[in-house]
Amino acid sequence: MKTPSDGYALEVRDLKMYFPVTAGLLRRKVADVKAVDGVSFAIRPGETLGLVGESGCGKTTVGRCIVRLYRPTSGDIILEGKNISRLPEREIRPLRRRMNIVFQDPFGSLDPRQSIGSIVGDPLKRHRLVQGKTAYRDRIAELFEMVGLDRNLTGRYPHELSGGQRQRVAVARALAGDPSLIVCDEPVSALDVSIQAQTINLLRDLQRKIEGLTYLFISHDLWVVQYISTRVAVMYLGRIVEIAESEQLYEKPLHPYTKALLSAAPVCDPELESTRHPIVLQGETPSALNPPSGCRFHPRCPMAQPECRERDPVLRSVGEDHQVACLLI
Amino acid sequence: MEPLLRVENLKVEFHTERGTVAAVNDVSYDIYDGEIVGLVGESGSGKTVSQLAVMQLVRTPPGLITGGRVLFEGADLLQYPSKSREMRSVRGRKIAMVFQEPMTSLNPALTVGLQLREMLELHLGMNREASRERSVELLQMVGIPDAEKRVKDYPHQFSGGMRQRVMVAMAISCNPKIVIADEATTALDATTQLQLLELMRDLVKRLGVSLVLVTHNLGVVARYAHRVYVMYAGRIVEHGTVAQVLSCPRHPYTRGLIQCVPRPGLGDRPLISIDGMPPDLIELGSACTFLPRCPYREPTCEQEVLPKLEVVEPGHEVACHLVSKGSDPCR
Repeated sequence: MKTPSDGYALEVRDLKMYFPVTAGLLRRKVADVKAVDGVSFAIRPGETLGLVGESGCGKTTVGRCIVRLYRPTSGDIILEGKNISRLPEREIRPLRRRMNIVFQDPFGSLDPRQSIGSIVGDPLKRHRLVQGKTAYRDRIAELFEMVGLDRNLTGRYPHELSGGQRQRVAVARALAGDPSLIVCDEPVSALDVSIQAQTINLLRDLQRKIEGLTYLFISHDLWVVQYISTRVAVMYLGRIVEIAESEQLYEKPLHPYTKALLSAAPVCDPELESTRHPIVLQGETPSALNPPSGCRFHPRCPMAQPECRERDPVLRSVGEDHQVACLLI
Repeated sequence: MEPLLRVENLKVEFHTERGTVAAVNDVSYDIYDGEIVGLVGESGSGKTVSQLAVMQLVRTPPGLITGGRVLFEGADLLQYPSKSREMRSVRGRKIAMVFQEPMTSLNPALTVGLQLREMLELHLGMNREASRERSVELLQMVGIPDAEKRVKDYPHQFSGGMRQRVMVAMAISCNPKIVIADEATTALDATTQLQLLELMRDLVKRLGVSLVLVTHNLGVVARYAHRVYVMYAGRIVEHGTVAQVLSCPRHPYTRGLIQCVPRPGLGDRPLISIDGMPPDLIELGSACTFLPRCPYREPTCEQEVLPKLEVVEPGHEVACHLVSKGSDPCR
């Protein structure tokens, strides 16, 4: 096993995030929603790890734990060699400069009462990154330029901008502290397709320009993830079921869930579509409140065997940089 | 072959404080028996409003259908007032609609069984006994397990995917000729979306209905539709068979729409985005609406009026000056 000092930008080990379910007058805890239940992965500097899965699989919770919007129930989050999973908020705050998050909704994530210049400048002030007014203004202009926003827009307010422009503001704000890691949580899902492409291209260009900029890219759109990611992890019910190099995962998926998920996503190519055979899964994703025994996918798995009901598969290596959690592989 | 539904020169406007929004502008299309037709476009392109207009569900005011004809079973539906008996016998019965958000279409205070029975008793004049039996049967048809028990459940007791199945059951309950699915699967997860689309395709085959898939997802159209209409700024800019339009797009907008979506095999090439934003539908000039964003535009385009749909090959029409001049920018 590699040690954390092996130069990962981010390493996550056995991350668990349980949300208590309370009931009654005294709000006693009656159960746990195991939103994330033992997730481990590592991202190298300058890499993009795509995190895909359907709603409720825990992908967003993983992202929020990493930037410590949530305090994880257990597990390690090692950012640039430092374990931040148990740090108190006071010690997390200075670290927020180096890790940031871009949310899905560019309407809800920007303060409507601040001009976009001051939204982008906020981290500069908070972390005292620039001295003096001119330097402050210059840095904002520089950030605006980096994300392709007109620097004359600094006095505008979020409501005056389009969805695509707003998402650029969110990216500029995330970049302000000179971060090593940006968690992108469905950053293009709320945008129209023509605007999506602009935002995806921007994120890719920034990564090429800024050395060591690492992304955790969370999305339900498999083709967007394939396009932007070096490696991809597939989540199902709070666990990673498969993780591999992007090309490997899309061309030779091994886990039955990955196969079904990939086959379900239609491609805009009638010729290719006529040769594909979508795998229709039966039933629905079970609740994370009461996950199935053994392999969590077994009730819906087209290949399930009796043993799948009993034994819980662990994520194990099946090739270079390819890990799968399935008993049948 | 006569089309089942023919929409001719449909125009819908919305009167707002800022001015008149030309949401649907001179839209014509045909739906034939038993086919699946895709209607694609980005938000604000008029795809939903055009469908609401066919059903006369555009709220007036602020909306107003200002022109066109909707020919269905030998009559022009636009001649009938929205609340007329004729329109009621079409809406929800012969032409049914499934919306994106089932929670706003279903009544939260009534069981799904009651809502299904209401349709059956009102439209088909069934008695209680028959409608009760039929509602269970319908839920079984759309793949809801334990249908006998689930008819007594309220909408909130169903998951998103199951609720949308209930909507499909309601849509097919009165043996419609046409089902319009307006972004019906957009909010669903990939595997649930697949289940529902496969179900709808299966029902189209079994019941012989025609399906209109209103969507922004070109992949869904490529997989399920036979023909496709592409809308931009309230107009149809290209239509043809799915192979014609998606494999060899001729209109610069269609081409842009296909190129800006990541797809397998794209490798490291940058996505080609469509620059700029869709136009403001209040201040539409007389020139081509896609002109400001068109990467192939030529000075002559600016002097011309709006391009009309012209046949480029049998069954394939494109509204672009450059295409009609023979200088095909997308080839």
